[in-house]
Amino acid sequence: MYDISAIYEAKSVSDAVSLRVEHPDAVIIAGGSDVLIKIREGKLSGAELISIYKLDELRGVSMDDDGTIRILPLTSFSHITANPILREHMLVLCEAADKVGGPQIRNIGTIGGNISNGVTSADTASTLHAWDAEVELTGPDGVRRITLREYQVGAGRVDLRPGELLTAILIKKENYEGYFGHYIKYSMRSAMDIATLGCSVNVKLSADKTVFEDVRVAFGVAAPTAIRSHSAELAAKGKPVCEETFMACADAALNDVTPRTSWRATKEFRLQLVHELTLRALRESVRLAGGVL
Amino acid sequence: MEKVKISYNLNGRDYESYIDPRLSLTDLLRGDEHKHTSVKKGCEVGECGACTVIIDGETYNSCIYLAIWADGKHIRTLEGLTNPDGTLTDLQQAFVDEAAIQCGFCTPGFLMSSVALLEKNRRFSDDEIRKLLSGNMCRCTGYENIIRAVRKTMENRLDGKKEE
Repeated sequence: MYDISAIYEAKSVSDAVSLRVEHPDAVIIAGGSDVLIKIREGKLSGAELISIYKLDELRGVSMDDDGTIRILPLTSFSHITANPILREHMLVLCEAADKVGGPQIRNIGTIGGNISNGVTSADTASTLHAWDAEVELTGPDGVRRITLREYQVGAGRVDLRPGELLTAILIKKENYEGYFGHYIKYSMRSAMDIATLGCSVNVKLSADKTVFEDVRVAFGVAAPTAIRSHSAELAAKGKPVCEETFMACADAALNDVTPRTSWRATKEFRLQLVHELTLRALRESVRLAGGVL
Repeated sequence: MEKVKISYNLNGRDYESYIDPRLSLTDLLRGDEHKHTSVKKGCEVGECGACTVIIDGETYNSCIYLAIWADGKHIRTLEGLTNPDGTLTDLQQAFVDEAAIQCGFCTPGFLMSSVALLEKNRRFSDDEIRKLLSGNMCRCTGYENIIRAVRKTMENRLDGKKEE
């Protein structure tokens, strides 16, 4: 039995919004693989919960008329991995989701929960960040759309205003078309572990595959939230596809990260990972894009 | 707390229960109504997989699944696994034959994860089997025998053989 003071089960998105307004202190529970553990550990014991888990209207992936990929927040990690639209256009997100926890966790955990916890190690957060994802928030005053960067306010905090609910994750066509990416999760175990460092890179090459038209580099656990490294991106954008550019990009990434020492790893080791994983993810992204190494 | 009515199918039978909304699915399954004690309470935080059940074809840690969410779902536990005449299934027999069991605490969870794996009707590599069982922990066997039992069952089923 969980130590919960009240649980309100939302019947629809609008019902969830009303419940949020009515019970401003209640915690939203989606799959529960974080919230229920916090209750068990005592960090959230006695909490009031608003359960949105049964809202099937918030599950699935589709494409809008303008080509925007619309990921609904309750889509589980395993369904993200298996989704045909994502496999065709954003395979790296499928791979990142497949690195979370173990099979059972990937069946219950949701992509919306992963980015709404504001946890820097969230495997899908760094990858979505690297694809310039936006989020759609539905509240009592209607719908607003902000970037994932704006959504992530700080460690454990997201820009979810009173009454609001995350109702979609959006990736515009111009942000995925022609891009190829790779995600590396460095962890002590390959299952049931969280990232010591995560690096997600995607690239768009020129038609002859010799120049970086665009490069996006994102990290998890390199700062209080998942971040993009603009220094690394600038060092590679418009430059020839070669080892010197890869090295310049990895060197520049070190300017933008502020990893800490934790029981998992030291700051120094994480800095080394930032450099090495950028190189590896960049090389693999180039290979996937059809470039010559 | 006020009880909530849920309707669900457990191991092929329909049920309606009035439950405390604070219950985990593990609590509901192990409780007086069902006494399905194959669903083990191990870590109770979704790490060990001892409480694994199959819900609508996918594996879940029932310890971190609220019982109220079971409304409308089809749930399967080890209690529903044996053949109708009470004999062991090929998978269970393979666990016995390969000594994939020592203390037995993790076994029901491993069996449910293995059932979901085998129902995909695909030939998985050893690495894939390891990955698909990576949400279950065993502190006795060192996993080798478990993987052997699952692989043997998979091969026998795919090759249409009942027994070796």
